[in-house]
Amino acid sequence: MNDLCLVPIGKVPAKALEWIENATSEWFPLPIRKMPVVPIPDGAFDAKRGQYQSVEFMKMLAQSVPPEACRVLGITDVDLAIPMLSFLFGQAQFEGQVAVVSLCRLHQEFYGLPPAEGLLRERTVKEVLHELGHTFGLVHCSDSTCAMSLATHIGLVDSKAEQYCARCGLHLVQRFSREGKV
Amino acid sequence: MKKNWPILVVDDEEVMCESLAAWLREDGYTVDSAPNGQKALEFARTTDYAICFVDLKMPGGMDGIETMMEIHCIRPDASIIIITAYATVDTAIQAMKEGAQEYIVKPCNPQEISMLVSRILKLKKLQSENAILRKKLTRQYRHHDIITKNPRMGEILALTQEVASLRSTVLIRGESGTGKELVARAVHFSGSRADKPFITVSCAALTETLLESELFGYEKGAFTGASGQGAKGKFELAGGGTIFLDEIGDISPKLQADLLRVLQERRFYRVGGSEEIEVDVRIIAATNKDLAEEVKQGRFREDLFYRLNVIEIRLPPLRERREDIPLLAEHFVQRISSELGKEVNGISAEALKVLIAYDWPGNVRELENVIERAIVTCHDGSLDEQDFSWLQQGGQSQKWEVPDVSLGELERRAIVAALERKHGNVKEASTALGIDRSTLYDKLKRYEISH
Repeated sequence: MNDLCLVPIGKVPAKALEWIENATSEWFPLPIRKMPVVPIPDGAFDAKRGQYQSVEFMKMLAQSVPPEACRVLGITDVDLAIPMLSFLFGQAQFEGQVAVVSLCRLHQEFYGLPPAEGLLRERTVKEVLHELGHTFGLVHCSDSTCAMSLATHIGLVDSKAEQYCARCGLHLVQRFSREGKV
Repeated sequence: MKKNWPILVVDDEEVMCESLAAWLREDGYTVDSAPNGQKALEFARTTDYAICFVDLKMPGGMDGIETMMEIHCIRPDASIIIITAYATVDTAIQAMKEGAQEYIVKPCNPQEISMLVSRILKLKKLQSENAILRKKLTRQYRHHDIITKNPRMGEILALTQEVASLRSTVLIRGESGTGKELVARAVHFSGSRADKPFITVSCAALTETLLESELFGYEKGAFTGASGQGAKGKFELAGGGTIFLDEIGDISPKLQADLLRVLQERRFYRVGGSEEIEVDVRIIAATNKDLAEEVKQGRFREDLFYRLNVIEIRLPPLRERREDIPLLAEHFVQRISSELGKEVNGISAEALKVLIAYDWPGNVRELENVIERAIVTCHDGSLDEQDFSWLQQGGQSQKWEVPDVSLGELERRAIVAALERKHGNVKEASTALGIDRSTLYDKLKRYEISH
């Protein structure tokens, strides 16, 4: 039960999966396992809002956690939301096993701008670190440059660094050490 | 810190409830979720929620407004945020009327909800800090600063306790520096008005027109320079609390009449205003004059004197409570040395003899100033006889020729000299002269000294 499983949900750019694999292997001392693509869950699309309900993605991931997995990270390119909020960059079970990240609003094209692969890579890494951080018990950080700071719009994602601050980093190291992962 | 502000989410839709709760938990809050009003009330009975998100429409059972009202009965300090999918003005108005603090339409932007929560909690933190400070202030003025073992002062303190919860007007008499304001504060902070404002007005410091607008406020355009939309006066600002009118013996006949009206009717007009304002304020007045004598001389209205003099407190001068001098001196040494960051071990027995023998015309305030001066100038960490030797020599060490002038002229010259030495700073000049600021203002007016 040590693997960090990466699960593409629907069509996801291959490059993005590569970025995520590199970043997670750098920060988490866990074997990274790329899982086969799974389809977008039935009933997740909210026609009224033209978005996908994140909760359905989380349910689907939680129902099929592989026995050898300690964390499962879903990655999708569709726009996620919950009933209360107009959109989400991602969602995680706090101190749980499952998280999901949406790349939809990380693309420059979403904001009517020309594509920028470098920026998409940075944003993807930041959001992956953020959601996985929640699964390891990290809450939002008051350091606006830390990957764990709350981003409620894309500008705030861009102002973060692709890393945890010293305090959040230490929390993770202690957690891994307690769980015998380092 | 966020864990100290628990949040409750109430919604019949499980997905809505759980997803919002999960999002808030990621932000570090302790969050409970309830699927209906009944469950929400059960939770509210055991947890003191800072914020409750309540969905407006919950079919079958209590709706959002009912749930909100019931939660308010159990937790009156909880801030309720009503959630609705329908942005109608009517429901928003109804929710706000029933006591909702905010109203949001789902789905909302994550930034909106994040800012909303942090704004409410910022306010709550300020409110709780304010409550703590008020408690501290209340404790501070509950006689802790009135240090005495004098039986007459003991009776006065007992009297302040007895009258604290009444609304009756109190007149405090005593020489300058005897602690009239401290006693007024003790009355205020020992009574039921302790959590309401205590406003001080120094009547001698202002001209008649300024004092009038200071006390009663003014309307826009009431006089040249009446700025903006007008301003509330001290009576309005003291609403529900206490107004302390220092040096009441110095107010003009017109203001005496205005004040009498407030005392009789508890109503007044702002300067330039036509609307009568009702006010619930306790009045505590103080003077170092003999008001009965002022009445006899025709300088103070008799009817106002009797209205003010419902409960009279006469503070003895320090020379009549010499047994308090060592206690007060030790207290001031401790307080002032810690304020100045200078370590002083205490006062020698010989030094205390000097202090006890001195007559203290400026009373406790003068004693405080003398101790401060001694702490500033002492070098060996303790205060002894030499540090107060100038008191034995009649105040100043140099012998000086007394000019052949009247006492009034002598006083006038002393004031002018003090102002010159202190570069026109009235506060510092009053300290140097051993009198309070309002008395100095009074004398500046009397001697027509411009500063």
